[in-house]
Amino acid sequence: MRDFILILPSVLMMAAPILIAAMGGLVSERSGVSNIALEGLMGIGAFTAATAHYFMEAGAGPASVWLALAFGLLAGMAVSLIHAFASVSLGADQVISGTGINLLAIGVPVFLSQIIFRMERTQPFRIGMMPGPGGVYPTAYVALVVVLLTWYVLYKRPLGLRLRACGEHPQAAAGAGIDVRAMRYGAVLASGALAGLAGACLVLTQTIQYTQNTINGAGFIALAAVSFGRWLPKGVTGASLLFGGAVALAIYMVNVEALRRLPPEFFSVLPYLITLVTLVAFSGKDWAPQAIGKAFDKGRS
Amino acid sequence: MKYGKILFALLAIALVMSGCAKKEDAAVAPAAPAFRIGLVTDLGGIDDKSFNQSTWEGVVRFAQANGLKQGTDYKYLQSSAEADYVPNLSTFADEKLDLIVAPGFLFEKAMGEVADKYPQQKLLVIDTVVQKPNVVSAVFAEHEGSFLVGVAAGLKAKADGKNILGFIGGMQFPLIERFQAGFEQGVKAVFPEARILVDYAGDFGAPDKGQALAQKQYNAGAYIIFHAAGGTGNGLIKEAKERSEKGDIRWAIGVDKDQYADGAYGAGKSAVLTSMLKRVDVAAHDVAVMAKNGQFPGGTVKVFSLANNGVGIPETNPNLSADIVAQVKTFAQQVTSGARTISEVPAK
Repeated sequence: MRDFILILPSVLMMAAPILIAAMGGLVSERSGVSNIALEGLMGIGAFTAATAHYFMEAGAGPASVWLALAFGLLAGMAVSLIHAFASVSLGADQVISGTGINLLAIGVPVFLSQIIFRMERTQPFRIGMMPGPGGVYPTAYVALVVVLLTWYVLYKRPLGLRLRACGEHPQAAAGAGIDVRAMRYGAVLASGALAGLAGACLVLTQTIQYTQNTINGAGFIALAAVSFGRWLPKGVTGASLLFGGAVALAIYMVNVEALRRLPPEFFSVLPYLITLVTLVAFSGKDWAPQAIGKAFDKGRS
Repeated sequence: MKYGKILFALLAIALVMSGCAKKEDAAVAPAAPAFRIGLVTDLGGIDDKSFNQSTWEGVVRFAQANGLKQGTDYKYLQSSAEADYVPNLSTFADEKLDLIVAPGFLFEKAMGEVADKYPQQKLLVIDTVVQKPNVVSAVFAEHEGSFLVGVAAGLKAKADGKNILGFIGGMQFPLIERFQAGFEQGVKAVFPEARILVDYAGDFGAPDKGQALAQKQYNAGAYIIFHAAGGTGNGLIKEAKERSEKGDIRWAIGVDKDQYADGAYGAGKSAVLTSMLKRVDVAAHDVAVMAKNGQFPGGTVKVFSLANNGVGIPETNPNLSADIVAQVKTFAQQVTSGARTISEVPAK
């Protein structure tokens, strides 16, 4: 199976942004704030990174890609502040606030592109991120670091325990002296930063410019990966790799002579079919954090 | 906290609206000019570097040649949702413009509706067919243009000692298969021993799939890949650039417009060998001229082919040698003179 080795870089390229964004979603949801804004935050990150890279490419050389990733991360974090403010400080409905950001992320990059580039997309940059040995993009390593770091902080540090407590029973956590609001603010900002980073990774490895459909649902897939992975780092990692793998698999399955006779639509549907089947096969009890989606109210018990 | 919610919702709405407020080109009262023409864009917007923009350039070329004034004699309306198509077309029809142009197959249904509602209105739809007595449908002989880039690719591969080429289509249906068919015939015409890999992405807007398919084909030894996959093709171009940047020279062939600039890498180099142009601007311009001269061919399908400059390769091709360009021209003449016919369906 020579094809199997060749397929791996494609899988990692597609899975890395989903994985990073899903870790962001995981952190936010474990603190009790659902974050359906991942898609929009990825868009903001992608737009910022594509724009930053376009302008820095000539001057900063190879460092430009990494600076662009940093800009994407910061932009995602900045915009997620809206979500944190609305859902933590104001106690607004988290789904509404997330939807607001997703809508915002459709309009704002296009609007800014109009101002900066006089068109509805960014100018294409010359060269994005270059793949390393074996054709694997460095974003795969970024994703690995993000996963390990998330796991370590959530499960091996007191901070992680407190954060998870806020998502399960915030009143109890508050009783134990944890500042639930500060914790949730931090978690939402972290998820914004990761989603922004994910968008930046996506645009720099998979395309040559930011357009309205650059993200193309990757944020929603990341969101699905969070619940599909049962809000656990290893589960979410597996789910993200499955999504990436299914897409790549569909591309390579066409090569198998016996499968050529199937209609092409079959291969387009395949990733979603695999996802649905696994989702049904692994469904069971509700694994979601207890307090997810509920605004924190000190007085309630 | 109730007010917080409302405030936030209002804030979000206001921000979104401010993002898409700049929408209409001024629609000032007309002063009975000789000829008035309007363009309705699809979702891509007037500056999409693709169909809308090219069609608008054709309209502008016509307008300037006839001394028309923008905003009164020639103008455009942008559609921000598919639901805008009928209202936007109707707005222009209510103003009784002499010709309304709409680019893209997305307009098929809206065009039919508006054509029935305004039977006197002259309409031009580009890249799809609407059978109404007052509509001209402009379609393109994509197989002929693809034949030429196939010839160029075959000659280039042969000259560089490579024998595998590739094609990536957006979705598999007859229109996109015309690109494949033309390309294959072009390659085979000059390089019969060459192998051509064919893949369909199943998507016109997924660069990640385009890149994964390009990786697959390049890994299998493809030297030049032609795409007819819209935004999905961006992934191909990225892959070609990266490999070429690292010294493993590979080529991509662009589609619809000249994609040379998209392939730029290094110091003044481009990984885009050439492009298969679909001259929607020629279609808009030529039909406008016919309408102005009272020869509007309502109810017919106008085919824009090599013979009337509707398809072809760019004027300048820095990546092709003079010899290849000359041979491509010879083949183009064979097609326009009828000495050579290109099949629209791929060989099985």
